[in-house]
Amino acid sequence: MTDTFALLNQFRNAELVKAGIAEIHRITTRHWAIMEICGGQTHAILRYGLDELLPENVELVHGPGCPVCVTPLELIDKALAIASQPDVIFTTFGDMMRVPGSNRDLFSIKAEGGKVRVVYSPLDAVKIAAENPDKQVVFFAIGFETTAPVNAMSVLQAKALGLKNFSILVSQVCVPPAMHAILSAPENRVKGFLAAGHVCSVMGYWEYPDISQKYHIPIVVTGFEPLDLVEGILMTVRQLEEGRAVVENAYSRVVSENGNIPAQELIKKVFEPCDRGWRGIGEIPMSGLGLRKEFADFNAETRFDVGAIKTRESEICIAGQILRGTRKPPECPAFGTLCNQDHPLGATMVSSEGACAAYLRYGRSRTGISENKTS
Amino acid sequence: MITTLPAFEGPVCPVPLNHQDQIVMGHGSGGRMTSDLIRTIFQPHFSNPALNEGNDFASLPVPAFENNSGQLILSIDSHVVKPIFFPGGDIGRLSICGTVNDIAVSGAKPLYITAGFILEEGFQIENLEKIIQSMEEAANESGVQIVAGDTKVVEKGGCDQVFITTTGVGWLNSGVRIGGQYARPGDVVIVSGPVGDHGIAILAARGELGLDTEVKSDTAPLNNLIDAILEAAPHTHVLRDPTRGGLATTLNEIAGQSKVSILLEEDSIPINPNTRSACEILGFDPLYIANEGKVIVITPEEEAEAALTAMRQNMYGKDAAIIGRVIISNPGKVMVKTSIGGTRLLDMLAGEMLPRIC
Repeated sequence: MTDTFALLNQFRNAELVKAGIAEIHRITTRHWAIMEICGGQTHAILRYGLDELLPENVELVHGPGCPVCVTPLELIDKALAIASQPDVIFTTFGDMMRVPGSNRDLFSIKAEGGKVRVVYSPLDAVKIAAENPDKQVVFFAIGFETTAPVNAMSVLQAKALGLKNFSILVSQVCVPPAMHAILSAPENRVKGFLAAGHVCSVMGYWEYPDISQKYHIPIVVTGFEPLDLVEGILMTVRQLEEGRAVVENAYSRVVSENGNIPAQELIKKVFEPCDRGWRGIGEIPMSGLGLRKEFADFNAETRFDVGAIKTRESEICIAGQILRGTRKPPECPAFGTLCNQDHPLGATMVSSEGACAAYLRYGRSRTGISENKTS
Repeated sequence: MITTLPAFEGPVCPVPLNHQDQIVMGHGSGGRMTSDLIRTIFQPHFSNPALNEGNDFASLPVPAFENNSGQLILSIDSHVVKPIFFPGGDIGRLSICGTVNDIAVSGAKPLYITAGFILEEGFQIENLEKIIQSMEEAANESGVQIVAGDTKVVEKGGCDQVFITTTGVGWLNSGVRIGGQYARPGDVVIVSGPVGDHGIAILAARGELGLDTEVKSDTAPLNNLIDAILEAAPHTHVLRDPTRGGLATTLNEIAGQSKVSILLEEDSIPINPNTRSACEILGFDPLYIANEGKVIVITPEEEAEAALTAMRQNMYGKDAAIIGRVIISNPGKVMVKTSIGGTRLLDMLAGEMLPRIC
């Protein structure tokens, strides 16, 4: 594991980062709003204070790429309803634990005696199902294309093992439909995209040239370390300044054009495109993945009969506008007051990767990113 | 003629089993089983005049210090760690070190400890003895006496194996003023070594995260280290052990109490490479992970080098480092200068630390 650290350190080299930033300063002549798609990128930008080092004219807006944030409230209520049933072991990625539903979260269910377990992989949930034949084991299958292959694998494994007590509650979403939704909105301000490196490691970037051409927008596949981000921003600004709009890859150590083909095949085998609601944005047609008919037995929503649950969002929260890049967290009247990490009102405050949570946590409460200082 | 009589099988009560392997409810009855447990397991390890008197109280002398106008310092801590044995320590060592450290960060000399045990029915006595042995070793290392104790047994499932509550008593000479409220702008912030090891060792030992790491808990009594710090830097303003919530949360508490801001240099904070790698993989920030053998020292600039030198000569402070400064702007906040030159707010830990999805 020490080697992991040594490798990562190369991408945190302060001198190289500073050289990249200086180059961005040198070439920037106009204002550009660039959206980083992924919540992991938002988190890294604010964690390293990268936004403070960029020119005033380079504005980073934060995209909808946090799977925890965009999971609809309604689905969270369904998760809570399932998790509180006796004889259910509800398994989840850690950060879904404290995402509040309409009035409770998974921590409260656990405190009330519900069996809720944090797992690192849905395959661990399959293992739990095999070890507990007298219990129903449910995995909360949220995420983008990044988690879809392993979530698909869990269903295939459960099927191969003949498990009758395993199911998944699906909230899988896909990036390209969200990019279309953002770019086709009349109030769109986004002029360039940093595509999400992790998603592209699975999907490649063959889906992006169409988007880039249709909306004449640069798309640069970007990683998560400071140097990755600086390189991604530099390549995007360079394209914008030169009037180009193509797809480029600044994360080639991980991402290839075609991506991970066996993983894509796994997704296709188990899931099919469907309409999905995005918390804060609303329904985007064909933006999600649902279980194919032949795997319908593994669908927790039908197994537990929670289809009737309907939920409404807070009316104050402006998460939808934040996720589309039209407003900034500090512009929300509830930011840091009514809405905070302990009592999140909406999508962008619920996960540490959400833009509002990251702003609050890293002290960006007074200055929006648009008010950057030049260094 | 000798006739062999069949063995007599009349109505005789069978001799009760002598439960020496595991805790049963009778061990908490207050009767003979309780006193046997105390005599055979506890007393061989915790022998001292006050305890040996066998009363329901401990009668203790206040040691004659140079200055008898000081104060008693009292602290209590409950320990419910899971698993009870982990790389680098166990619940016994933790229960002594935690309380010794809470006393020592006041600048006081820890003297006496009392310990309350809640044992789960079925708990292996062999494990209890190992824990007691660890407590003895930690008490000897830190020079405190365990002078009173209590044992209760709860039904299976009523607690998780063993819970230990320890209370500590220490003596603080008058004239020593150390506390979270005394940090002043210009002071230097020192940490006694790499942060985050305890929390990562515990997480790994639980085996739930599929994480294999060599990280060991740093559980240690810090009173000797603190003596050395106060000798070298007698005007030290703050000492505190960053346990739950980690370095970040503890510094936020201090910034709030003293109404000052603390500016850290991210690159100068010592973090064990294995701990850092585990945190990268799990999506944790090591600055929020618990420590059980580290102390934060906030001391005037003139005495900082002397404190650092003294710390580095102690086994528990050999990797001590200056990590930041106390400043005036943004009172109550902790800021970090990042490795690439940006700054960010270092907030308190909100609730339980959770692994991130991606």
